[in-house]
Amino acid sequence: MSKYEPLILAFCCHYCAYAAADLAGSMRLQYPNNVRVLKLPCTGKLEVNFILAAFERGVDGVFVAGCLEGGCHYLEGNLRARRRVERAKEILSEIGLEPERVDMFNLSSAQGPRFAEIVNEMTARLTSLGPSPFRPARGAEEPVREMTEQAEASLSGENHDCCQS
Amino acid sequence: MIVANRKHVQELCNMFKGHKRVLLVGCGTCVTVCLAGGERETGILGSAVRMALKLAGRGEVVVNECTIERQCDDAFFDPLAAHGAEYDAICSFGCGVGVQALAERFPDISVYPGLNTQFMGLLESQGVWTEKCSGCGNCRLGEFAGICPITRCSKRLLNGPCGGSRDGQCEVREGLDCAWQLIYDRAKAIGTLSKIEEIALPNDWSTALDGGTRKVVREDQCIAGLGPKA
Repeated sequence: MSKYEPLILAFCCHYCAYAAADLAGSMRLQYPNNVRVLKLPCTGKLEVNFILAAFERGVDGVFVAGCLEGGCHYLEGNLRARRRVERAKEILSEIGLEPERVDMFNLSSAQGPRFAEIVNEMTARLTSLGPSPFRPARGAEEPVREMTEQAEASLSGENHDCCQS
Repeated sequence: MIVANRKHVQELCNMFKGHKRVLLVGCGTCVTVCLAGGERETGILGSAVRMALKLAGRGEVVVNECTIERQCDDAFFDPLAAHGAEYDAICSFGCGVGVQALAERFPDISVYPGLNTQFMGLLESQGVWTEKCSGCGNCRLGEFAGICPITRCSKRLLNGPCGGSRDGQCEVREGLDCAWQLIYDRAKAIGTLSKIEEIALPNDWSTALDGGTRKVVREDQCIAGLGPKA
């Protein structure tokens, strides 16, 4: 049996966490390669259904990384994101899934090492929790890639209907 | 607007027992504004219900969502009509009116409420809604300085306050304003204290729900010969 590697989706703010991830790369810092980064213009763009959609498609964990509190370029986007992450945790508990699978972090664009630390922390936490029960048999990679493409298309202004009907 | 809040995910899953295909129908008006049953909230609950059913070993149940403009008007159900037959249950994320309207429109399909309808109220601050109107059918707000004692006084007193009013707070629970203190303060501020010194006459509750289900008919708007139903 192959070793379980949790698949993590990271919603990262363009101004801080995304730049911190870039810095972590430039600094040649080592962190697990099982994280998929999705850039948001601000974590205030995050909705609860983004997180639930990711779990439905089979990711093992989600983290949201925004600017330091008080440092949001849009004043309070990161504060709103934190409340939405709390709501997502509440709904995950109702479903019967561990709320620890989702979390919110704050960091600045200068904190490359902190980004690597967050990925390590989430990987360790999700490894101990085990795979998500929604992980598809064919591997979670494909649906997550599809979701990332859809989200990027949506953010670049193309039409995207995230609701099924 | 009508204010509602969502049901627990497990309660929704229990309601869908025995069904194979469920359509969650959101409403684009009041419950969208009070963040309970619009497109986004219906999408969130749809994801949650699908995952909860899968965890309960009922992953074969199909749960889809859609949101229509308004559930309290039959005309907006037309886009749904074509798809209704594809489902054996519909769950309305509208108020109680929407649930019943869907049940009337789809007589052969089980219809369930996705929300708990609370009251008619207004947005007090972001994310906080408070009850303001009971829809008693005989508005007397003019007698009470624009503050409704029927809705906002815990005892519905028309001649208040009672002995449970302390420092402007109602004894029923902490943080609840005494409606009669509010009425007094506002009447004083606008110079109409003499109005509330008069004894208010008992209310005619026959215009409220006690008089049976109510109906409003505007004859001039009814199409001639087709009756009020048309």
